[in-house]
Amino acid sequence: MHDVALELASITKSFGRTTALQSASLSARRGTVHAILGENGAGKTTLMRIAFGMLQPDAGTIRVNGDIKSFASPSAAIANGIAMVHQHFTLVRAMTVTENVALGGRGLLHPRKARSELLALARRTGFAIDPDARVEELPASAQQRVEILKALSHKPRVLILDEPTAILTPIEAHDLLNRARELVNDGGTAILITHKLRDALKFADDITVLRRGATVWTGRADEATEDALVSAMLGGERAPLESLEGNNSRRKRASVSEVVMALRNVSVRDASGVERLKAASLEVCAGEIVGVAAVEGNGQHELLRVLAGRIGATSGVVTLPPSVGFIPEDRQRDALIQDLSLRDNVALAGAGARRGMMDWVAIGDRTRNLLGAYDVRARDENVHASTLSGGNQQKLVVGREIEWAHVALVAENPSRGLDIHASAAVRARIIEARDSGAAVVIYSSDLDEIVSLADRVVVVYAGKVSECGNDYESIGRAMLGVTPP
Amino acid sequence: MSQTTAFIVDTLVHATPLMITGLAVAIAFRAGIWNIGADGQFIAGATAAAWIGVSAPATIGWLALPLALVAGAIAGGIWAAIAAWLRSRFAVLEVISTIMLNFIATYGASYLVRGPLQEPTHVFPQTSSIVAGAHMPILISDTRLHWGFILGLLLSVLTWYAMKYSATGFRIRASGMNPFAARNAGLINVPRVTSGAFIVSGAIAGIAGGVEVCGVTFALYENISPGYGYTAIAVALLAGLNPLGVIGTGILFGALETAAGTMQRNAGIPATTASVIEAVVILGVIGIAQFRSRCSVSAT
Amino acid sequence: MTSGMEAFLEGVVRTATPLALAALGETVTERSGIINIGLEGSIIAGALGSVVGAAHGGVWAGFVFGAVCGLAVAAIFALFAVVLRADQIITGTAVTLLALGGTGTLYRLIYGSAGAALNTPTLNPAAIPFLSKIPVVGLALFAQPSITYVLYALIPVVSWWMYRTHAGLALRSVGENPAAAIAAGVRGKRVQFTVVLFGGALGGVSGATLVLAQAGTFVEGMSAGRGFIAIAIVVLGRWNPLGTVLAALIFGAASALQFYFQAIGTNLPYQLFLAFPYVLTLIALAATHGRVSAPAALGRQDLELE
Repeated sequence: MHDVALELASITKSFGRTTALQSASLSARRGTVHAILGENGAGKTTLMRIAFGMLQPDAGTIRVNGDIKSFASPSAAIANGIAMVHQHFTLVRAMTVTENVALGGRGLLHPRKARSELLALARRTGFAIDPDARVEELPASAQQRVEILKALSHKPRVLILDEPTAILTPIEAHDLLNRARELVNDGGTAILITHKLRDALKFADDITVLRRGATVWTGRADEATEDALVSAMLGGERAPLESLEGNNSRRKRASVSEVVMALRNVSVRDASGVERLKAASLEVCAGEIVGVAAVEGNGQHELLRVLAGRIGATSGVVTLPPSVGFIPEDRQRDALIQDLSLRDNVALAGAGARRGMMDWVAIGDRTRNLLGAYDVRARDENVHASTLSGGNQQKLVVGREIEWAHVALVAENPSRGLDIHASAAVRARIIEARDSGAAVVIYSSDLDEIVSLADRVVVVYAGKVSECGNDYESIGRAMLGVTPP
Repeated sequence: MSQTTAFIVDTLVHATPLMITGLAVAIAFRAGIWNIGADGQFIAGATAAAWIGVSAPATIGWLALPLALVAGAIAGGIWAAIAAWLRSRFAVLEVISTIMLNFIATYGASYLVRGPLQEPTHVFPQTSSIVAGAHMPILISDTRLHWGFILGLLLSVLTWYAMKYSATGFRIRASGMNPFAARNAGLINVPRVTSGAFIVSGAIAGIAGGVEVCGVTFALYENISPGYGYTAIAVALLAGLNPLGVIGTGILFGALETAAGTMQRNAGIPATTASVIEAVVILGVIGIAQFRSRCSVSAT
Repeated sequence: MTSGMEAFLEGVVRTATPLALAALGETVTERSGIINIGLEGSIIAGALGSVVGAAHGGVWAGFVFGAVCGLAVAAIFALFAVVLRADQIITGTAVTLLALGGTGTLYRLIYGSAGAALNTPTLNPAAIPFLSKIPVVGLALFAQPSITYVLYALIPVVSWWMYRTHAGLALRSVGENPAAAIAAGVRGKRVQFTVVLFGGALGGVSGATLVLAQAGTFVEGMSAGRGFIAIAIVVLGRWNPLGTVLAALIFGAASALQFYFQAIGTNLPYQLFLAFPYVLTLIALAATHGRVSAPAALGRQDLELE
């Protein structure tokens, strides 16, 4: 048997004019946990999607156990013993757990046999699951177990885990990463995609660092230092990490001023009648950033939208200023109209209440000022939003919302998917808005971001909102619904 | 009148209903509403206009014409409003509902011209002729070309201006392109905006029906629309849903229908060939658009 | 009275058969996330194709050629809507327009502008021994043209395929979440392409049924919106094969009502009966709102497949 389970050599991949991977390489040894480290946009997921047959490389070779392979589709990769657990779940919500795990098979479908096989697998691996539950009824952490079981059901020799801890509480995440080794200890290999340096150092045997689509560092984890990895991740543009992470060091303990946004006993039901937010109360004052922490699906989605005035409350009292800026998580879909110009996208803010005619000349001027002030790199205000990079799109959204609303801002995962520089710029703008007196609410699935930005933290658990200390320990406990002793 | 002049006049006469229904479709499609029901709305408008045109007392004179057109607009708007209501209240796909309403309008008009609105001798399945005051004035004497064509031009320009420069027009475009962003970023009441655009679209198709009755047929017949509402889709798409473009594509298809009619009479080529050409145009337009966007796939 | 009722029920099943065939195919198509508004086009193409096929090779050749024509029309739809991922609604509308115009043109070119009296062989009702003797419903269900029995056989086969094979599971997953299906190794586009063709072929058989088991001739536009009604039937039948066929019976009843009322003689205008199925479609769609959930990815052309 070959010592290297999966080898990717000189992989290049472009999308249109954008080069995602530039001769990236990776060599995962049998029986190891191999971490792929890199900031957002470095090409980690793209590289692994190529290994899993979801994308085809423009150049480069894939070797499995030393043999050259090319995968036209995931089914080919699965047949060669490769499985992948995706960051964004690839589950069919309307189907049962059993059906989801059975998906991708051939021939006749025996529901009872598939069910008992799944139960056996769940017992063997320790991922407890109800085989008959419909996926949409399950909490996010259980959905991830389904995703993992689905991957393990193919008896993979190489298991790829893409940011598996993103939706987990710190304790759950720790547990899962410890288990990654167990999953592969009988000669298998686990590949862990992460942007968390400490996770890579702690749980992996080998580390490969990608920057801008190229492999820039590879070696044993026990020979790596935090410093070496950071400079590999950031390259020559290395700036003090503190400032890049938008550390809220200039935190001013402004005297508590007037309440800008307030919820009193607010409940929200979703379209199917499920109560997502239960008698939530929260006050946000001018000049403070309130961080919201929650495990996916606990009601934070509704909390943010009620605060932003984007959905109504089923009951309770909501007090908001006339306009609240909102930076939704899915900016491609919810914040921008891709096929309209930047000018039109700026005009979108407040368009619902506008009367009469559009003053396109004035809006054009405003857009140009915005592009300059928020460092949005675009040819001019007439290009379509779709031509902007993710970071520039988000800077445009942040600028538009702050300039439009001034006094109140709600942000949902504002730096998701951005590279480290754009993230820092976005965070700096949010802090600036706070410093100039805006009331800010920010939700992030990245606890580091909340801890570094927030003046005050609340946790949403099972639809209930509670105050919480601004440290990992208390946030982590509160996210699991454990009340402090 | 030379053959060329005759062809041009016929083309513009044919172009008038196509231009106006094409405009109706363009507005709806811009709002993200798949209004396949311009045909039914056209029939509803023609019916209402004919009813006013037949029953208006001669004493009101030329006032009968605007009354008939307004009645056409209202009837077309109501016909679209049924589908808009079913869509917003019951999430009924407007594609299905508008097609069903096309059939219902066709049978409804058939009933009326054979029943309550039939001409007094009860021989022909049609209404009496509308009063002279409801006649659309002739644009060029000794031809069939009437002022409805100019009305179509005006409506197109007006719509273009409103879509481009009014806040309402912007809301319609934003809602149609991305309802999620329209709601989240623009705080736009998307169902209201799109329902409104749907009804306006129906009203314009209704006006087209009124113009046809007041300018060309002067009575309501059983098959007053030879499928204008379907041709309108090709007219609108080929124009890139641009209200000004609809003028050009409307005339183009008017010429096509005129030519098809001539060829059927002279060469025995079935007029149904025109709808084949329309379909090919639609498929060509969307095919090229898709092909282009495939060639310029951007990074995800 | 009993015979009047039996005649009515017989009419229900007879008029429901082409609707059910088309709707059954569309059910499978829609479970893959594709809504084929061009079904109407497949039906009219199948109708004309069946005339041509039957003239050359008898009734069953008519059905086969009808299916081929329906499939060919669906292939055009699939090329644009599945391969190029163009908007399904627009593509479907264009395909319908193409087939309605194209069949009209071809018909006149082949059979002349007068539409020459056609001598199309037709399928006579074939009573099944014993079963057709069941009181009230026996004749209605088991003394039909044999194409109806083909429909009966298709229901369990399609159900079994959809729920008891991995291919069926793959089909349903593509319609719910294409990304998940693809990640699990399903070839999304291939699945959609195949079922669009299947739906088109059944649409063609539906059109052939109109000609060979009912009208005995081709008339321009004789599909008369059945493709669109079939799409409504799919909604009413909650996207499952048996439900679809039962829903088709309701629409069969709505159409059969006109024969019934004509038979008993009434003053109501006949247009009312002609319009009734379309009105019923609207009411049925409104009434089922909120109680059924469509495949989550239905009609979404923005989702990438492979």
